[in-house]
Amino acid sequence: MDLFSTFFNIPVLINSLPQLLSGLFVTVQIGITSIICGLIGGLFLAISRLYAPAFIQVLVRGYIDIFRSIPLLVLLIVVYYALPFVGVRLSPFFSAVTALTLVSAAYTAEIFRAGIEAIPHGQFEASAALGLSNRHTMVDVILPQAIRIVIPPLTNNCINVMKDTALASVVAMPDLLKQATQAQALSANPTPLIGAALIYLILLWPMVYVVARLEKRYSRGR
Amino acid sequence: MSAQINIHNLKKSYGSFQVLHGIDLEIAQGEVVCVIGPSGSGKSTLIRCINRLESFDAESEIAVDGITVMPGRALAAVRAEVGMVFQSFNLFPHMTVLRNVMLAPMRVRRSNAKDAEARARVLLERVGISEQADKYPENLSGGQQQRVAIARALAMEPKVLLFDEPTSALDPEMVGEVLDVMKKLAGTGVTMVIVTHEMGFARQVADRVIFMDGGNVIEAGPPAEIFDNPKEERTRSFLHAVLDH
Ligand SMILES: Nc1ncnc2c1ncn2[C@@H]1O[C@H](COP(=O)(O)OP(=O)(O)OP(=O)(O)O)[C@@H](O)[C@H]1O
Ligand SMILES: [Mg+2]
Repeated sequence: MDLFSTFFNIPVLINSLPQLLSGLFVTVQIGITSIICGLIGGLFLAISRLYAPAFIQVLVRGYIDIFRSIPLLVLLIVVYYALPFVGVRLSPFFSAVTALTLVSAAYTAEIFRAGIEAIPHGQFEASAALGLSNRHTMVDVILPQAIRIVIPPLTNNCINVMKDTALASVVAMPDLLKQATQAQALSANPTPLIGAALIYLILLWPMVYVVARLEKRYSRGR
Repeated sequence: MSAQINIHNLKKSYGSFQVLHGIDLEIAQGEVVCVIGPSGSGKSTLIRCINRLESFDAESEIAVDGITVMPGRALAAVRAEVGMVFQSFNLFPHMTVLRNVMLAPMRVRRSNAKDAEARARVLLERVGISEQADKYPENLSGGQQQRVAIARALAMEPKVLLFDEPTSALDPEMVGEVLDVMKKLAGTGVTMVIVTHEMGFARQVADRVIFMDGGNVIEAGPPAEIFDNPKEERTRSFLHAVLDH
């Protein structure tokens, strides 16, 4: 058997394509859900970390440090295999989304915090002097400026979340990777794995390109 | 009638370093007060205490328009009445000039967009930059930016306007246009407290000049008195130093 028919077996690829695409759909679902929840959670954490009462700030800092230290795979396995012992039983989908969100929120929080801290103090003072509430100061003045700063690192974080969805396959989630390994077993041929790898590339390469563009644009100043 | 701004025993420290040593000051409604004094004498700190951008000692008391300046709900009321213009403009760079002026009335006074815009355009006209309404601050000269900042403060229809060296960051050729706007404001009924190094302006516009040094008010009085006939030696040597240049 020559190399080509082993790794790029077209009939096998065509055969497994529906399965791979259904896996892709699951991967995108997990990824997007986790990214959105992580963004919301991260913004909330960042603002708490900066402005909440001191004791909550300490808790938030602890959260951020813990979830940036723990390996995602370990966290996922804890959520899926250990939590049922205390009566918390999450589906594979929710286990994956929970683990990804917990970690993504921690990273996102640090990104938002850096973005908010990069806004000159005068912007806060001008807002205060005008009588704007804290909420309006954030929503109208600070965050719109911080967003420009945080878009490149946030996009980077999204890429990482998308990649890490592949870990969901260990909790029996029928995501792209899981479907590919199953198709491989079924056809006794590694082509579906190569197909999956290509699909990951097609999904993520444009995002990597966008980050590079954004970083270049924002590093040049507005 | 009680004064518009009442400052009683104002003390302020940074750590163990005391910046203000118990200042007493009353400013009447519509009065224009210029605060002068050497660098580090506490001029900025004094006016930043009036809208509580700086906190101050608990025993000190400031009231604006009868409202005690303290953290909480009352502070929002004070800040809505007290406008401030900064040395570094502090315009919102992500908003057009027009939006800069419209924002606070819409958010704090809950004006609708139409009223806020109409009023903003009137104010921009008044400070002479109506043509720049749709530009972003970064595309304006320093003098124009500072005039936008004045319009932004005026949009809240403040009873008191605080200025912290409004012309110190400007190229010399732009100082005049900002001072002209401020001169027009003086005498419109708004109370103005102006920290400035522009002695000519202070002499011309102020109802009262306050000389500060070392965290104390050394001398206060009408400009003619302070500039031509200062009683205190420290005032004399300060004026001598600045007016000689
Ligand atoms: N955040 C701060 N922390 C510590 N010390 C400060 C702080 N802000 C001001 N000071 C000190 O307080 C004193 C008064 O400062 P302030 O800015 O009120 O002076 P100023 O009269 O406005 O001077 P200038 O003409 O240079 O603006 C100075 O000695 C300054 O070093
Ligand atoms: Mg100062």
